[in-house]
Amino acid sequence: MVEYNKGIPIMRPFIDQDNQGYWDAVKQHKLVFQRCKTCKTFYQPPRPMCPSCHSQESMEWVPSSGKGIVYSFVNFTTDRMAYPAFKLPYSVVLVEMEEGVRITANTAEIPAEEVYIGMPVEVTFEDLAPDFTLYRFKKRGA
Amino acid sequence: MIENIRDKTAIVGIGVVDFSTNMGRTEWYTASQSIKLAAEDAGLKLEEIDALVKNKDDGPDPSYMQKGLGIDNLLYHSETKYGASAMLDAVLAVASGAANYAVYYQTAHRASGPPKSLSEYRVARELKDDMLDLVRYDFYSPFGLIDPPGFVAMNARRYMYAYRTSPQEWGWVPVVLSENAARNRKSVFCKKPVTLNDYLISKMVVDPIRQMDCAPKVDGAVAIIVTTAERAKKLKQKPAIISSVAMGAAPEGQMHTSYGRKNIAELPEMANMAKELFRVAGVKPKHIKAAILDDAFIPYVPMQLEALGFCKKGEGAAFCAGGDRIRVGGDLPLNTSGGAMAEGKFDTARIIEAVRQIRGTSPNQVKNADFVLATSGAGGPADGLILRRS
Repeated sequence: MVEYNKGIPIMRPFIDQDNQGYWDAVKQHKLVFQRCKTCKTFYQPPRPMCPSCHSQESMEWVPSSGKGIVYSFVNFTTDRMAYPAFKLPYSVVLVEMEEGVRITANTAEIPAEEVYIGMPVEVTFEDLAPDFTLYRFKKRGA
Repeated sequence: MIENIRDKTAIVGIGVVDFSTNMGRTEWYTASQSIKLAAEDAGLKLEEIDALVKNKDDGPDPSYMQKGLGIDNLLYHSETKYGASAMLDAVLAVASGAANYAVYYQTAHRASGPPKSLSEYRVARELKDDMLDLVRYDFYSPFGLIDPPGFVAMNARRYMYAYRTSPQEWGWVPVVLSENAARNRKSVFCKKPVTLNDYLISKMVVDPIRQMDCAPKVDGAVAIIVTTAERAKKLKQKPAIISSVAMGAAPEGQMHTSYGRKNIAELPEMANMAKELFRVAGVKPKHIKAAILDDAFIPYVPMQLEALGFCKKGEGAAFCAGGDRIRVGGDLPLNTSGGAMAEGKFDTARIIEAVRQIRGTSPNQVKNADFVLATSGAGGPADGLILRRS
């Protein structure tokens, strides 16, 4: 579960040509991952070359099912290391997606103490500003 | 072949300005002081130094040092990351004949100096251009996962799950380190031993990482002089022969956040490095009498024990539990200066302690310390070295 304190900006991702497709999709409430057309392997974070076949022209953005399971997670419970824009406690989950890649995000409607490794989750989106959207993970049936 | 460097070079001088939480001087001042101390320790004139290797993140550039130290010419100068990889630079400079006396120095006033972490900068809204390599963390930072303790906590959680390890086991590392620190009269942070219970009730900073899992910030200035083993014979100190020094990397790596790789509950960079390190040295883990490991984050200590081959995968935390095997007198004494519990987050300090063990001057001296291993860069591109008595 994530809630914000007012007055402190959330860190925005630095967008460049390598990751722009990813964040553009997020703005449209879509999750996409980079895949090599030739060898059909998914990669995350996005990169400028397929590490397998070394093509720089073969990478495409493919929609994700949005579903995955929690591979690991942390809970920020004290202000010592937390980013002050976030109300405590908050969780960050590392989710293994059905496509095989892993991404981190906060949770939606899951109290910190209920998160566990193996939890089935799916992606959901929240517009935080007219030009800024982030994704979270909420519980789903197995 | 890199075997060519086996036993070819030696650490002949060390200079350590006492660690503190506020050195009250500029980094240029304390860097100069550490190099002067190292030269005195070796019995060298400052003018004889002809190579300077700087830790990339910390301390004044070689050009500043050169003009301050009064060195006319430098045959070699470089900047590199982490303690042991910088040592590889110094070793190659000397072993190749590019230079004669190489100084590696690390100077950082992290306790009293300006903020250096991404979150500190962002909170202060003064993100600088030189912080831009940190944008690679922007798949994490929008979610409030902003700093190494949080990054490492993600790996630690999976380490608990994958091998059924627990803080009750790896918590023995800070316990033993605090015992070592308490016997080190120069310890800055820990003056008396802590118990496992003290560790378990210490503040949870990012569940499952506690305050005592994270090395405190410190002000420090350290210099190490490397020359050939041949020249070392004529110098003042008993040389610490460099049997081996190596670096390692692994697929899908990113400092502390190699989250895309198959298993994040292990340190494959360290394992790759170790393979090379032991091969070059021609020794095995069983020959190592003490290990001075990167202890910036405690859960990485048992993971390093596994990667370095001191125990099997998943057994590192059990190896530490109870403390007996990692105390002086045990199978593998760890971080005998007290490591980060004494000297804070400062990777080159771990190499200094390895040299003290070889010289027989450690505050917790291990008997017959003929081979000592040190590491840095745990959780990312890793490096290490093996020192031996001559």
